[in-house]
Amino acid sequence: MCLPFRNRENLRRIRIRGSARRLALASSLLLVLSACEREKRQFETWPPSAAASTAVREVELQPGPPTRSVDVRGPYANNAFGVSEGKRLYNQMNCSGCHFQGGGGIGPALMDAEWIYGSAPENIFETIVEGRPNGMPAFGGKLGTDQVWQLVAYVRSMSGLLPKDIAPGRNDDMQVRSQEQATEKALPQQSTLPPSGERP
Amino acid sequence: MTLLQQAAGFPGAHSVLDPTGPQAALIKERLWDPMYGTAAVTFALVLAALFWAAFRRRRSSEVPDDPARERGMRVTVGLATGLTIVVLFVFLVIDAKVGRAITATPGHDALQIRVTGHQWWWEVQYRDSLPQRWVTTANEIHVPVGRPAVVELRSTDVIHSFWPPNLTAKRDLIPGKENSLWLQADRAGVYRGQCAEYCGHQHAKMAFLVVAQPVDSFADWLTRQRDTASTPTDSLTRRGQEVFLGSACPMCHAIAGTPAGSRVGPDLTHLASRRTIAAGTLPNTRGNLGGWIVNPQSIKPGAKMPPNNLDPDDLQALLAYLETLR
Repeated sequence: MCLPFRNRENLRRIRIRGSARRLALASSLLLVLSACEREKRQFETWPPSAAASTAVREVELQPGPPTRSVDVRGPYANNAFGVSEGKRLYNQMNCSGCHFQGGGGIGPALMDAEWIYGSAPENIFETIVEGRPNGMPAFGGKLGTDQVWQLVAYVRSMSGLLPKDIAPGRNDDMQVRSQEQATEKALPQQSTLPPSGERP
Repeated sequence: MTLLQQAAGFPGAHSVLDPTGPQAALIKERLWDPMYGTAAVTFALVLAALFWAAFRRRRSSEVPDDPARERGMRVTVGLATGLTIVVLFVFLVIDAKVGRAITATPGHDALQIRVTGHQWWWEVQYRDSLPQRWVTTANEIHVPVGRPAVVELRSTDVIHSFWPPNLTAKRDLIPGKENSLWLQADRAGVYRGQCAEYCGHQHAKMAFLVVAQPVDSFADWLTRQRDTASTPTDSLTRRGQEVFLGSACPMCHAIAGTPAGSRVGPDLTHLASRRTIAAGTLPNTRGNLGGWIVNPQSIKPGAKMPPNNLDPDDLQALLAYLETLR
């Protein structure tokens, strides 16, 4: 036989090489797919006055028959465009007025590991839409659901909770902090409720 | 093109070949016309030479590789090359001279206008020594006829380029850097301008109008623009104002005389006095405005304004209120 392999060992090696090649091909295709989501731009969005309470749930459990799948992660967790829009809104909607560029001041810091009301996307969504006692205004009805999700994604990028290829890499104007892309992941810790955060 | 614009209800001419200001006239008369003429003559000469070479009959007495003929051809090609270099050099000098003339500073009585580029609209501000007399509008630049106006160009996001072809040349708006140019309209009229540097999804729908009007009517316009918005008088417009202030609108838009003061989107204090909406995208009519408010993304996908799901009655009240903002 004039096959390139002479014994079983060679045959096995070639099989392995073939499967490795297949794996490489599949993973590069996957990379391409994830890149699609990274750059996807969705312009038709929910209006601000659409009920925000139906757009996010803390749990997937619900009474009655299942109606629709609930995404509690938000549509922008893997979307670089959405995160950069969130960054634009962060300044335009004056989040920076209290939280500054993440270091906090009037409001709590957003680039550290401490979270008073939870670091999960749905928690941050609720914090923005419903507000929190002693200072955090409720943006429900003033911002569209998609805009809030963009903000959620950006706020998470500030403490390195997003993949590095999704987080913003540069500023449009003067750089006042290291870029979100270079921020090391701060493992979220539940902070105790400060006295200022307690309900009156 | 002009006919098409008029048919679509758009005012404004948009042509380099119809100059209305001294700079656009310089560009046309010193650069465009001579270049066009020279290019046309050159083209005709080249074509004539080509046809002559293609159709001339070869004489039977001609010897191939005749040294005298070769020399003659070399001289001809050398002369043509030399002439081309001279012509191009002359245009280089003219170009530099026109560039200098266009950028030369006008007199001290020039009007100061600050134009800020945003994705995808133009913020226009007339400053004054008293800040309460500042006028902020969008996508419409009014200038008095015959008086130069210095336009300060800034950008908040990406590089844009300011280009009203009937009036002057292009100039970039660069984030973090202040540029300026000046323009002057010698004839009253409405002239269209356009962003001339690709700046994102809606670069094509980032237009503005330059409205040149006689000195008196310009002064009237400026005085009216300084006023705050009129207080609603009837129940419908009063409800419209409540809708405006109670919805997402004041997150981005300002109306002087109301608590709405955000500078993220265009100032709406005198919205109804403007000719177009969405940076020259649509004529400013009630129907267009309604469609724009409800779903801007269907008209200008990617625009930074989110859709608004308003109750039909609320929308009608809001439109009635916005129409009072003259």
